[in-house]
Amino acid sequence: MNRFDYVRPTTVEEAVRAIGSAANARFIAGGTNLVDLMKYNVERPERLVDITRLPLEAIEERDGGLGIGALVTNATVAYDDRIKSRYPLLSSAILAGASGQLRNAATTGGNLLQRTRCYYFYDDAMPCNKRDPGTGCQAIGGVNRIHAIFGTSDTCIATHPSDMCVALSALNATVRVTGPAGERIIPLGEFHRLPGDEPQRDTTLAADEIVLSVDLPDEDFGAHHTYLKLRDRLSYAFALVSVAAVMKRDGDTITEARFALGGVAHKPWRNAEAESSLKGKPATRETFEAAADIVIRQAQPQSENGFKVELARRAIIRGLSQAAAGTPQSQSDKRIA
Amino acid sequence: MLIDSGSPGAPAAIGISLTINGEVRELQVAPWTTLLDLLREELDLTGTKKGCDHGQCGACTVLVNGTRINSCLALAVMKDGAEIVTVEGLARHAGQDGAMHPLQAAFVERDAFQCGYCTPGQLCSAAGMISEGHATSREEIREAMSGNICRCGAYTNIVDAIEDVMHAGAAR
Ligand SMILES: Cc1cc2nc3c(=O)[nH]c(=O)nc-3n(C[C@H](O)[C@H](O)[C@H](O)COP(=O)(O)OP(=O)(O)OC[C@H]3O[C@@H](n4cnc5c(N)ncnc54)[C@H](O)[C@@H]3O)c2cc1C
Ligand code: SF4
Ligand code: FES
Ligand code: FES
Repeated sequence: MNRFDYVRPTTVEEAVRAIGSAANARFIAGGTNLVDLMKYNVERPERLVDITRLPLEAIEERDGGLGIGALVTNATVAYDDRIKSRYPLLSSAILAGASGQLRNAATTGGNLLQRTRCYYFYDDAMPCNKRDPGTGCQAIGGVNRIHAIFGTSDTCIATHPSDMCVALSALNATVRVTGPAGERIIPLGEFHRLPGDEPQRDTTLAADEIVLSVDLPDEDFGAHHTYLKLRDRLSYAFALVSVAAVMKRDGDTITEARFALGGVAHKPWRNAEAESSLKGKPATRETFEAAADIVIRQAQPQSENGFKVELARRAIIRGLSQAAAGTPQSQSDKRIA
Repeated sequence: MLIDSGSPGAPAAIGISLTINGEVRELQVAPWTTLLDLLREELDLTGTKKGCDHGQCGACTVLVNGTRINSCLALAVMKDGAEIVTVEGLARHAGQDGAMHPLQAAFVERDAFQCGYCTPGQLCSAAGMISEGHATSREEIREAMSGNICRCGAYTNIVDAIEDVMHAGAAR
């Protein structure tokens, strides 16, 4: 780990000033991603701004929905009674990720801003456009089994590894941030970027902005939701493909459905055309297959991850079936019903 | 600003206070010292193990303010003011001075280890998991303990031991 200086502000204003006062300063919250990356020399901040003493630790009623402070831990969100009853999809997605210990330390803000698990990004002996812009992408044509099949560019094919964000995407959450230019609200779908020709930028958050909260809209899907995560082992592994789905029904007819995919793109992947194709249709396998096909048409697999296309297709169909039936995937009983 | 270590790059030790296994310690730590390295390298509390140093194995699990975390990914300076319990203090923390913690006794009884390298982390993690109170069934225990890898594969007996303690209702 490189040497750095350390500051521990107690107000948001102090934190924003502190992040602007050194080139290459970083906020640190749970540390579960940043400390890891610092040990690999992928991140070499000159200054760490410890934000754990800021007053961003509450889950509050906000505009009929809930606002989750940036410092609320993943475990606290997952087990909060209001989250469990009103946004069980979010609780489930968080519990599908990492481990008990990690979820106790990891924060809401840190989870949003965690970086890719691309092997080359983590290995500072290898070229990587995300870590060192302009050096090239070793994953293209290399070992890319875990990489993206949607929205890639010729500079980067990395995925965003979060489970939580996939659920937040399907729930149409928003992110409240502040910085020297003041407060603003970013819809979750615009928070993470596609790599384009600037793969070093994961998000639209400016370097001197801080996440204050993630806000969930006032909406109820009852039992019609699921988070289905497929991976190499049944727990404590990142998603190869995951699906977060929510649905509203009137009898057999789908009145609204939204779904986001994880593990397949640089951001949680939504497809508006596929979602609107579900509206007004009967909740049948044929309907779900047609929606999955619309999504899959855009897939552009890499040399080693062609399997993800069929895996994603089946995951969408299964996820929509689970949501429609009101039988969400259990995160402890791993059998997929 | 509570703490400002000074200009960038200046190697500074920062004064912090930690309660470790019931004992208040005033310490000077460089900001890049992890809690795991502080415990092992500077305080000689080598019960807590370093398996991967990257959050992937759970061998370094300790309780911070009663909550289990991976000490390899925690900077010691950030835990200023916290109460830390390591495997060395687990029994005393549960009011079992001089005797083993119920989980330790159950691990012995159930032969829940082979090499023992993962065991301190398994014990602290199990203690944390039981006080979290979310797991009851065997499947839920397995899932809640998935952050602790045992390369000897003693999992079956580890779950047996934890179940014994949960059913006896004695762990804290
Ligand atoms: C072994 C392992 C397995 C894992 N498995 C999974 C998994 O299966 N699914 C999953 O979703 N995740 C997984 N994770 C990732 C984990 O969820 C993240 O590491 C965690 O959410 C990051 O949160 P943190 O608070 O620790 O962030 P930190 O490490 O403190 O920070 C991460 C980044 O966020 C920035 N940041 C933090 N808070 C703010 C804020 N309020 N405003 C602006 N910037 C901020 C920091 O500057 C830093 O760049 C795993 C991690 C490990 C180590
Ligand atoms: S996929 Fe992105 S993160 Fe991975 S090597 Fe290529 S540029 Fe780097
Ligand atoms: S040493 Fe901390 S998780 Fe492996
Ligand atoms: S007993 Fe050897 S690693 Fe678990």
